[in-house]
Amino acid sequence: MDKWQEIFDTISKNKLRTFLTGFSVAWGIFMLIILLGSGTGLQNGAENQFRIAAVNSIFITGGATSMPYNGMPVGRRIELENEDYALLRASYPQIEWMSSRFFIRGSINISYKNKFGDFEVRSVHPEHYLIENAIIHEGRFINQTDLEEYKKVAVIGTAVQESIFGDEDPMGKYIKVNGIAFLVVGIFEDEEGGYENRMVYLPITTAQRAFNGKGKIRQILLTHNSSSVEQSVMLTANLRNYLARRHNYDPSDLRAIRISNNLEDYKRFSDLMGNIRLFIWIIGIGTIIAGIVGVSNIMMIVVKERTKEIGIRKALGATPYNIVGLIMLESIFITSIAGYIGLVLGVGLLELVGGAIPRTEFFENPEVNLAVAISATMLLVTAGAIAGLFPASKAASIPPVVALRDE
Amino acid sequence: MIKLNAINKSYSIGKNSLHVLKGVNLDIKDGEFVSIMGSSGSGKSTLLNILGILDEYDSGEYYLGGTLIKNLNQSKAAEYRNRFIGFVFQSFNLLSFKNAVENVALPLYYQGIKRKERNRIAMEYLDRVGLTDWAHHMPSELSGGQKQRVAIARALITNPKIILADEPTGALDSVTSQEVMQLFKQVHAKGMTLIVVTHENEIANMTERIIRIKDGVIDTPSEKTNMLTGTEA
Repeated sequence: MDKWQEIFDTISKNKLRTFLTGFSVAWGIFMLIILLGSGTGLQNGAENQFRIAAVNSIFITGGATSMPYNGMPVGRRIELENEDYALLRASYPQIEWMSSRFFIRGSINISYKNKFGDFEVRSVHPEHYLIENAIIHEGRFINQTDLEEYKKVAVIGTAVQESIFGDEDPMGKYIKVNGIAFLVVGIFEDEEGGYENRMVYLPITTAQRAFNGKGKIRQILLTHNSSSVEQSVMLTANLRNYLARRHNYDPSDLRAIRISNNLEDYKRFSDLMGNIRLFIWIIGIGTIIAGIVGVSNIMMIVVKERTKEIGIRKALGATPYNIVGLIMLESIFITSIAGYIGLVLGVGLLELVGGAIPRTEFFENPEVNLAVAISATMLLVTAGAIAGLFPASKAASIPPVVALRDE
Repeated sequence: MIKLNAINKSYSIGKNSLHVLKGVNLDIKDGEFVSIMGSSGSGKSTLLNILGILDEYDSGEYYLGGTLIKNLNQSKAAEYRNRFIGFVFQSFNLLSFKNAVENVALPLYYQGIKRKERNRIAMEYLDRVGLTDWAHHMPSELSGGQKQRVAIARALITNPKIILADEPTGALDSVTSQEVMQLFKQVHAKGMTLIVVTHENEIANMTERIIRIKDGVIDTPSEKTNMLTGTEA
């Protein structure tokens, strides 16, 4: 207790020295927190973009050949068919959920009573909503019975509901799609929001029959249970070979049927994020090192400056242990308090900024791992103490007569 | 109180060795008030540092109050300095960020005496040197004489065996010097052993005995010197 009193005394009567030591620590911690927080914000923002669709999903879309094959010219259109869907489903047990998409050709007019709007129509299989992460608000999604019995039913997005139904309850009402009436059986909202909510879903069988589909489909979506990127890349390659054989085109022709693998993209993306994180850590460690050097420097000067005081104290009966203890405890006390201040200011600023700036695609929820922040503070405090230890023990071992001579 | 037997001390400066004390023999009795005189380079500061356990010696023996002071570790040396010796320096050596009473109390801090208690004792000693009213002033607010009196109070507070004063009047004008010497005389009157290092005859003559040191040895019997300067032993 008396020891602490002596230390408070010394600290409070040497304000500039205290401030300088404290400032470099507080600043180091503050910068580190801001840096790590911003990095997390960047990462959160970017990761959010991948919440759109299931990460382990694959999209297969019809296209046109870009290489000649078996004497057939370039530019030949390759269209997916109902049969592709059925064959893939039967051949690949890795497939979890699967749906086709059929789009109506030409302009689409959707109306209820005298209100109409410009919306998108997707004709799909029941599992589609599992792939797209759509949330059913009311009623249900398209089901197997709808497909088998060619029912004229529709599931509409919340944006569609708002613009043509207004306050009216759409459930059980009929909307007209290009003049054909469909019964509204469900309302959904997509996590992605915006465009996806301006969607009207129809059973694929009904739509193909009603809108002259002839068994053609535009796209196949599927999710798979591959646990690694390697497995999913392999599945993609297998699908490509399978479809190339069936549709008679060169398997290396990537534009005949385009297959995009979300997991592969996600992997590439998370590698990028990993690199950004690494970069931030390197800068963060650099900041810490700068802080350590700063503290060491100040401690060295402090001890030099106090050589005379140390000499006086030794003449009056201070042991080397007393001297080292005094300087170390002072250093630890100042750096701990300063580190805490830097921590609070940094976290406070992140909270403030996090709340004030609008969420964007690139920046969201800047936050910092408190454990990391506290470890960094403790590291600086320890470094400060060690930095103080060497000059302090050197000063403590100087014969008092030499120390007293110091002017 | 103090007995030195053939004390030798050398300093190495680069490759050369400088033999500063060449077999010093000295005997100072309990309650004596002596001065050590010598020109600069004579070894008097070195002698004082050895007496004050601020520095070590190479060979010989140093007894302080019957205790052999030799090859002490730093903690033991610190303890002996604290309990046996009170220092008064030419440049006062007060801690600038502590006020008078805190400066006086500092040696007791290293004896582990509680703050309240040591400040109470420090006030008593400040009273003895006549500075009660200045107890809470910082050193920068005190005159040279006042600072030296604070330093004397600090030297006395542990009730040491000896007081070592290194040029205590060196930074003071003659009037203040007289005041400080009077204070030493009062302390001496109470039975304290005092050793004053000085190069001023006037100051040395106020002590009971003058020890002259020249070229690293005790020069001549002090009585003779005193006769030469016309004062009595």
